[in-house]
Amino acid sequence: MTFAPACRYANVRENHGTVKGMRYSAFALVKQALQGNRGWTPAWREPQPKPHYDVIIVGGGGHGLATAYYLAKEFGVKNIAVLEKGYLGSGNVGRNTTIVRSNYLLPGNEPFYEFSLKLWEGLGQDLNYNVMLSQRGIINLFHSDADRDAHIRRGNAMWMEGVPAELLDRETLKKMMPFLNFDHARFPIMGGLLQKRAGTARHDAVAWGFARGADRHGVDLIQHCEVTGIRRENGVVVGVETSRGFIGCGKLGLAAAGNTSVVGQMAGLKLPIESHVLQAFVTEGLKPCIDHVITYGAGHFYISQSDKGGLVFGAEIDGYSSYAQRGGLATVEHVMEEGVTMIPGLSRVRVLRSWAGVMDMSMDGSPIISRTDIDNLYLNCGWCYGGFKATPASGFCFAHLIAKGETHPAARFLRLDRFERGYPIDEHGAGPQPNLH
Amino acid sequence: MASFISCPHCGIRPKEEFTVRGDASVIRPEPDASDEAWHNYVHIRANPRGRTREHWQHVFGCRRFLVVERDTVTHEVYSVTDGGSR
Repeated sequence: MTFAPACRYANVRENHGTVKGMRYSAFALVKQALQGNRGWTPAWREPQPKPHYDVIIVGGGGHGLATAYYLAKEFGVKNIAVLEKGYLGSGNVGRNTTIVRSNYLLPGNEPFYEFSLKLWEGLGQDLNYNVMLSQRGIINLFHSDADRDAHIRRGNAMWMEGVPAELLDRETLKKMMPFLNFDHARFPIMGGLLQKRAGTARHDAVAWGFARGADRHGVDLIQHCEVTGIRRENGVVVGVETSRGFIGCGKLGLAAAGNTSVVGQMAGLKLPIESHVLQAFVTEGLKPCIDHVITYGAGHFYISQSDKGGLVFGAEIDGYSSYAQRGGLATVEHVMEEGVTMIPGLSRVRVLRSWAGVMDMSMDGSPIISRTDIDNLYLNCGWCYGGFKATPASGFCFAHLIAKGETHPAARFLRLDRFERGYPIDEHGAGPQPNLH
Repeated sequence: MASFISCPHCGIRPKEEFTVRGDASVIRPEPDASDEAWHNYVHIRANPRGRTREHWQHVFGCRRFLVVERDTVTHEVYSVTDGGSR
């Protein structure tokens, strides 16, 4: 298999149609301030659903909104609606730990996530909305010789796709982050793999930015509109039954994350997906102390510090399939133990809040952006707990697929039929066991 | 998830004594079954929102595989039976 550098895909910048609404700028800020801030308009409209759309996207989260935005902006599709059963961004885009990175191993994944990171790097300007991307770097720690070799391999795999990675030794790390537990008896820290361009972004701003961007390009964002059925005629999808009546469509894209199986079942899709619950946590605000995103090699623990000062962290899924947006206390205890093992000083910090989201865990731990066996029905799912960093590329590639009927080159391995054809993308080497990815 | 699982052999035990294997509704095909049958067994899941049946193993107890019938939304456990007793 050969791959072109992922950056090749990121230079598409055509602008179709007219952009409506207010443009945010320093000038607009000053002008509004002088007018007593009475001139600001809502960031998006609240339209009534039309009887028919050319494209309907189910799911008003990060991926659905990004898909609609790129469909309108890059691919010139007009007459698009996003249907959301709750409010915009009420799912996992508002529930994650905001990490953005492209440090993947496998050739089916790495170009896609690097394409995403390239889009992230220009996203604030592109959307005219500050997504507060902070490229503070991510460091994956390792704890044994074999672990180090695996990280070297991953770093080299990244370089082969043109993505810079650096191996840091223990002494360098000690200077950078002296608070780590370097001499733990069982999991001493031997070094880490650094991707400098990785970091965090303001998760809600991503949802709002894409929503506003889509709206400015004429997309109807219809909230509190639950899809209850998918109507087909002669096998072809012609529209959706919703809590606000039937809405016809040309093409239908599903971006329903944890509820993918529920929506897919409405069209008779049988999917390699299990829904699982993942928890995340934030502490009280502290002065700046953790400068990077750090992940633990001896567990699944990851941590960063928000701009408000709270330490944001999480770890494994709870392990049992669940649609409840809440997790169990045993996992809370486990996450805290992992955190204190990696950073003993955490034991003195108080946790403010914890929350949970429903993950669409795929059978190989990698996502699906694909057409289906049903005409006009397209699928975007299987993000496991890595969906946030993928938001721009997921939207771009899904929009490309829906608009052109062809898979985007960066997502060409993320097809639904890879499971039956025997080409899973098993990044963790865990086998078809969703609660182990 | 409910805090307790009532093991048919050991009684009411904390759920941390158990591990989850996964969906109990799929049945392992014969070795020479079709590729499609194996694909359905290995990869495809009903993933119901609501009542489901799962294999749990009581690893810190009797080590038996159990079938736990429970709700994926409310996390209520309806029944726990021995995996070998169907």
